[in-house]
Order: sequence, then structure tokens, then C-alpha cells
Amino acid sequence: MFLALVSGNPWLESLARLAIIAVLVPVTVIILTWVERKVIGRLQMRLGPMRVGPYGTLQGVADTIKLLTKEDVRPQTADRWVFELAPFVIVVPVFMAVVAIPFTADLFIQNLTLGVFYFVAVSGLSIVGFVMAGWGSDNKYALLGGVRAAAQLISYEIPLVMAIVAVAMLSQSLNLAVIVGAQEDTPNIAFQSLAFLIFAIAGLAELYRQPFDIPVAESEVVGGPFVEYSGIRWSMFQLGEFVNLVLISILGSLIFLGGWQWPWSVFDESVPVVAQIAMMAVKTAAFILFFMWMRASLPRLRIDQMMSFCWQLLLPFALLQIIINGLVLVYDWPNEILIPLSGAGAAGAVYLTYRAARATGVRYQPGYQTVGSVL
Amino acid sequence: MTYEEVIFYVVAVPTVVGAIGVVTARNVVHSALFLILSLLSVAGIFILLSAEFLAIVQVLIYGGAVTILVLFAMMLTRVRDMPAALDGPQRPFAALAAGAFMVVSIFSMVSTEWPGDTNKINVISIQQIGNDLFTTWAVPFEVASLVLMVALLGAIVLARGEEGE
Repeated sequence: MFLALVSGNPWLESLARLAIIAVLVPVTVIILTWVERKVIGRLQMRLGPMRVGPYGTLQGVADTIKLLTKEDVRPQTADRWVFELAPFVIVVPVFMAVVAIPFTADLFIQNLTLGVFYFVAVSGLSIVGFVMAGWGSDNKYALLGGVRAAAQLISYEIPLVMAIVAVAMLSQSLNLAVIVGAQEDTPNIAFQSLAFLIFAIAGLAELYRQPFDIPVAESEVVGGPFVEYSGIRWSMFQLGEFVNLVLISILGSLIFLGGWQWPWSVFDESVPVVAQIAMMAVKTAAFILFFMWMRASLPRLRIDQMMSFCWQLLLPFALLQIIINGLVLVYDWPNEILIPLSGAGAAGAVYLTYRAARATGVRYQPGYQTVGSVL
Repeated sequence: MTYEEVIFYVVAVPTVVGAIGVVTARNVVHSALFLILSLLSVAGIFILLSAEFLAIVQVLIYGGAVTILVLFAMMLTRVRDMPAALDGPQRPFAALAAGAFMVVSIFSMVSTEWPGDTNKINVISIQQIGNDLFTTWAVPFEVASLVLMVALLGAIVLARGEEGE
């Protein structure tokens, strides 16, 4: 009865789909906070949370209750409206981006023709929230963190978008469902290994997690834009961060790992929905674990290293990938030629990064000189 | 009132409120935030006209990049300590210029022959936009990118010059 009523009306149907997402997403985030503490604990040879519930499974619930009941403090000199609206400006675009994400071939809120493009545009909006939080708090550390966040997120958005463009070129579409459909035989990671590498690094930077946690670095800017926030407003920032983690992981598994498609055509005809969801979950989890693993194993970059890494390494290599794709498309070369070309590009990028990481420091010369090259 | 009209007012009111906020706010940062509100609501109007590509570009460029850079520049200067610098003896000239521009806009709006009621909006696909942009309109497109390039180089030259002093 209810289902019949809902499925007839497009407005009610969209509303019902949105409601499901609005409930499921925070639950996922509560689980993920526990998973992250456990994973990082194991990587550092600790147990992680163990006290609340068996193996600490209820830790996330306990944390949520604590955060929701905490006092909401606002500094006296803070700019009231800017300070109080900033968490919403961060969280709302993140939830808006969920709209364009297909979870299986038929399970989505809205199948947009310009899906990837919409995703990129909307998630770029949350940068405004960081700037608002940093400026509105009337705190020097918060302001510094806000400026750092704006600089980092805007810079790394460019290689991220370029990597997505490379994939869109190959699939001849910006529709996420079509991009996944085009990967029936081979996932894009084989043809676009360079774009995948750039996407993974730029995605890590967009999530401002270690080694790219420069905007929120505890030992440099004491939490950055969030320093003055507490209780429910602080937890909204946390919510935004974790939803973004899930979104970037889902996007990565959709456009590079083949989404809900099973490898080696395990299912002869159509893949059942349960299997599709399971495949998506496995691929997304792989991405999330990769991001957590990076967080536990790499030290934080210096701010000039972060900037020059983006502009001097990721961006030129992203352009290289686009040029390679353009040549292959224009001259109708077989797609297989992309495997060695893109692979060579990826190897080159890895080698330059490795060389920069191993290079010994150059003594600082006062005066006029080129600034901050990592290469 | 059809539901299109309701949605139109839902996005038109923030556009106008944001635009008024930009000029009336005493604080420059508040002005910039109002500007973001206004520009994002314009994206809503584009969606209402089935120009989805334009709407997304509006959000991407104006919402995510241009206004952030404006905010960025203002946060690095101490705008908060000198709110009075917004006003000056040039006020009558500014009013005159703004008034003249308003008269011209209203005049051109009234004198233009609009095509009238349209029952059907032709949705233009992204493929068609791409084709037109890189074939028919390739020269203006390249000129626009050249202008941006010159602006970028100019900024670098200016910044470099200060560093050498």
C-alpha cells in the first residue's frame, strides 16, 4: 500500500530515497569511526578500543552520545552567523553529492547524465565552509587552518578532476552508470593506471587525512578551522569528513575498479542485486582501507612540499594522461595500447616521487631563488 | 501558481536577497558570502531552464573557485579592522555609475523583443555543447583562455617583482 503510493509519485519517491540515505549515511559513519580506530590500532600494534561492548564495537555509539550531549560553545568574539553556519556549509554539499552516486545498476537516488561533473562541482562547495569556520572563529590558528584548507583543497581538486576527465574520455560519457557499464570486460585501472594513481593521491589530499592533514595538523595549527568548535557542531565536521571518505572511495571504485561488475564474468547473464552490492562493498572497503593504511604509515608533508607536489608533479602527469587518451581516441588506436603508455607514465610519476622523497635537503639560500621544488 | 513558478520564487528570492546583502553588508567577508549565495541561486534558475551544464559550471566556477579566491585574499588582509575603508568621498560618482547602468539594463530589457511564451524547452546535450565550443566557437574560446593566461602570468610577474626587492 505504502510502496504503491510512493512509487507512483516522483516527488514522494525521491523523498523516500533521500530519507533512506539520510538514515543510512550517519550509521555508516558511526561504524567507520570504530573501524578506523581499530585498523590504525592494529597497524600500530595496539588493540584499539576494547572496553565498550565486545571488541569495542559499541565505541562509536558511545562517542556519538557523548558528542551529542556535550555543551555547544561559541567564542564571545566569534562572528555569530558565519561561525554557526559553517558546519552546515560543509555537510550539506557532501550529502548533495550522494544524490548522484549509483550504488548498483538500479539502486540510485537520481541517475544524472552529468553525474561525475555534478559530483565534482558540488563537493567543491564545502571549501567555503572551511574558510567560514576559520574566519568566523576569530582565532589565529583557525584562520591559518582555513587558509591552508582553501589552498590545499582548491589545488588538489584540479588533478582530481583531470584524472576523472581522463576516464570520462575513455568511456565517452559523464554518466556514472554508463562509465561502469563500459568497464564490463576490463576495469579502467588497467588502461588508466596513471590516472588512477593521481586520483588516489589527490583523493587522499581532498580528504585532508595524513599525510595531507596540513589544514588540521594538531602540532601546527591545533586542529585548524575546527579549533573553537565542540559538541554537535564539531561532530558535523567529523560527519562530513567520513561521508567524504566513503564518497571518494565509492567514486574511485565506480570509475576505476568497475563498480558493481564482477571480474571474469562469474555470472553468465545478469548479476543479481545482492552480488552487485557485495562487489561494491568489497571495492569501496578496499579504497577505505587504503586511505586508512596511508594515514597510519606516512608522515605529514610540509606545506611547500604539498603545494609543489600538486602543481609540479600531479598536474603535468594528469595532462600527459589526457594527451595520451586524446591520441588514442583521435587515431582510433586499440585501447590495449593505453596499458603500456599509461603504465610507463605511472612508473615515471612514482620514480620522480621516490627521488624527491629520498633527496637530501638543500641549504636555504637567502635572496632571490626558485621556491619549493620537490623535483 | 504552477510548481515551476513556486520553484522559481524559491531560487529567485535568495538571488535578490544575496545581491542586496553584497552591497549593504558592512563587513567585506559577509559581502563575499552573500555573493556566493546569490551566484548559487542563479545556478538554480539555470536548472529551471533545463541548462544543467551551465548550472553545474556556475557552481563549479563561481561557488567553488572564484569566491573562495576572493575570500582567500580578504582573509590575508586585515579587513576586519578597517570597516570604514568601504566608504569614501567617491560615493556620488559610484551612485551615478550604478544608476546609469541600471537605467541602461532596464531600457535594454524593455526594448528587446522576447520570443514570448515557450511551452517546450529544447534540452541541449553536452555532446552538442562540446562540438559547438570546439568547432563553431573555437576562436572566442581560445581567446578567452589566452586572456586568462595573460592574467595568470601578470600575477606571477607582479608577485615576483616584490620578492626581488
